Amino acid sequence: MAYRSTIRHFTYVFDDLKTLLAKATPYRSGDALAGLTALTYEERIAAQIALADVSLKTFLNEAVISYETDDITRLIIDTHDAKQFAAIAHFTVGDLRDWLLSDDATTTTLQQLAFAFTPEMIAAVCKLMRNQDLIAVAQKCEVVTRFRNTIGLSGCLSTRLQPNHPTDDIKGIAASMVDGLLYGSGDAVIGINPATDSPATVETLLHMLNDVINKFSIPTQSCVLTHITTGLQLIERKAPVDLVFQSIGGTEKTNHSFGVSLKLLDEVFAAIESLPKGTIGNNRMYFETGQGSSLSANAHEGVDQQTCEARAYAVARRYQPHLVNSVVGFIGPEYLYDGKQIIRAALEDHFCGKLLGLPMGVDICYTNHAAADQDDMDTLLTLLGVAGCNFIMGVPGADDIMLNYQSTSFHDALYVRKVLHKKPSPEFEQWLLQQGIMDDEGNRLTIDANHYLLKNI
Amino acid sequence: MDIQKHKPVEDDAWHALKQFTAARIALGRTGHAVPLKELLKFKLAHAHARDAVYARLHVKELTQELQQFNLPVYSLHSKVKDRNEYLLHPDIGRQLNDASVQLLQSRSASFDIVVVLADGLSATAINHHAVPLLQQLIPLLQEAKFSIAITTAQQARVAVGDTIGSLMNAKLSLVLIGERPGLSAADSMGAYLTYNPTVGLTDESRNCISNIRPEGIDYAKAATKIHYLISSSFRLQYSGVTLKDDEQDFLAE
Repeated sequence: MAYRSTIRHFTYVFDDLKTLLAKATPYRSGDALAGLTALTYEERIAAQIALADVSLKTFLNEAVISYETDDITRLIIDTHDAKQFAAIAHFTVGDLRDWLLSDDATTTTLQQLAFAFTPEMIAAVCKLMRNQDLIAVAQKCEVVTRFRNTIGLSGCLSTRLQPNHPTDDIKGIAASMVDGLLYGSGDAVIGINPATDSPATVETLLHMLNDVINKFSIPTQSCVLTHITTGLQLIERKAPVDLVFQSIGGTEKTNHSFGVSLKLLDEVFAAIESLPKGTIGNNRMYFETGQGSSLSANAHEGVDQQTCEARAYAVARRYQPHLVNSVVGFIGPEYLYDGKQIIRAALEDHFCGKLLGLPMGVDICYTNHAAADQDDMDTLLTLLGVAGCNFIMGVPGADDIMLNYQSTSFHDALYVRKVLHKKPSPEFEQWLLQQGIMDDEGNRLTIDANHYLLKNI
Repeated sequence: MDIQKHKPVEDDAWHALKQFTAARIALGRTGHAVPLKELLKFKLAHAHARDAVYARLHVKELTQELQQFNLPVYSLHSKVKDRNEYLLHPDIGRQLNDASVQLLQSRSASFDIVVVLADGLSATAINHHAVPLLQQLIPLLQEAKFSIAITTAQQARVAVGDTIGSLMNAKLSLVLIGERPGLSAADSMGAYLTYNPTVGLTDESRNCISNIRPEGIDYAKAATKIHYLISSSFRLQYSGVTLKDDEQDFLAE
């Protein structure tokens, strides 16, 4: 079905919903590369005006990728919560935007509606919202997950400690890990991107992480970010697996290019049942996503990159993940060109993920061929802190020497907690207090060379 | 507090751990911030990386230096107009401009191997490391009686080697290309080899050796690896993910 809007006697016609969504999207290089963007500033606003009038029910009847050919579309439609949707079924996309910002949309109401929203509805409303709208609404959402600690409580901001090393050297990784722990980092997860996908290496790393977590009784969880087929092998080998990782995208074809399918994810999700449970909860999956992955895999099916990204969240929420991380600036300038585009995309991803019920974190990051720098990351870090982001990365000095990109540092996390009065996960905070690493106001204490952690690692 | 005497920067007590990693650990702090000295080190590394992205291939100097090998040398350019277009449109950086296509079509010679020196995301890497690597590699390849041509390629992506290789009827293309600069190194060179280069191939058809630079994989080691992969590739008549880099076994033989 076609959508229309008339501006100064000129009628813009948008052939179908996916075209309308793409043309209504704030400009970014990836959509331009795919040939999907509005051709003029006016056309973009015309598309937004038309989109505002689209009924939410339309999204249940017109799929952006066909139900028959795409398993994520089937997942979205088949798991839609029609009962809760009844309360908002009369809304247009524009109504939804205005309602989300109203006082009627409370934390509890938004939690109840998570499965009444489809990713496309949320992607659509996101396109009509300014950055401050995305922040204001996301801040009202609270998505809490648990394994050995509690992540996502309002007033908390956690970090993934990311102690990568270019050759997976155990001592090198341990050195970065100690540095991070002594700066109060690592409550979301201690997660290593291994340089190799070799199961033997991954298993060695898992044992090392497990030993450290046990020896120092750290209320946190570990993860080695390896392909899920390797993860499955390690579960079968009874390796000490806490969180199981996988990169996912928002079309069946994208996931195919990642070597993953809903069937495989279901299989792993079932296998997790055989693992020892977390001490206070059992959220076990760790997913990473990012705008542009579908286009990069030549699997976007004519759908704009922000909508594709939101569709990936339908996959994630099926598995009650502990953490979902949009690695927003990693993909490069052909998808998100500069600081402005990265900041916008990160706020969109965090907003969409949260409304869809996910424990969203963001890897606030950029590569050296993008027109961005640490000032842009400071801006984004502060904005996401205000928006209530569940977790960010903690990388030594913000410089990942294995993946060759820049993210946020241990210091950055302390900054954002301090200026926004945020705390780490409560169980982890207790541990930091016991270890004499931080005080209860979030100040780092002076640590001498005889500290228990340094002496016994 | 006596502001004049107070030193705001507190060092970290675990400097010794720096011996295990090049990561930016034990930076110290002032309040919760990174001390200025470390901040400026970081910014300098980022400046080097940014400058490398916008650096130009020194075609004239490279062409002169390449004369030492007594091989045919061609200067080529992708269809990309400027660096901005290069960054936004990877597809255009994989195609040769008309003048380059005509230049190659006007030569009827065919070669076993065409070596392409492509700027990629760090012309600095090629300007510094391409010729010293070839000084180690070319003699090994000539000893094996391969016929070789060399080209430079400006504003080029890896897959430009497919276009060049097929236009030159080469059996194998070896693309030396500047890798995306990191903060630890803005001059890392990658080597991608593709057997039977044809337009439209993707990365699984190639073998790659990354991080070629004196502080990473040095020239001699890189040359040995590349020579090994090229020899295997010619023997098996394919390249890519199924061609393993089991050079250790090879060296042990």
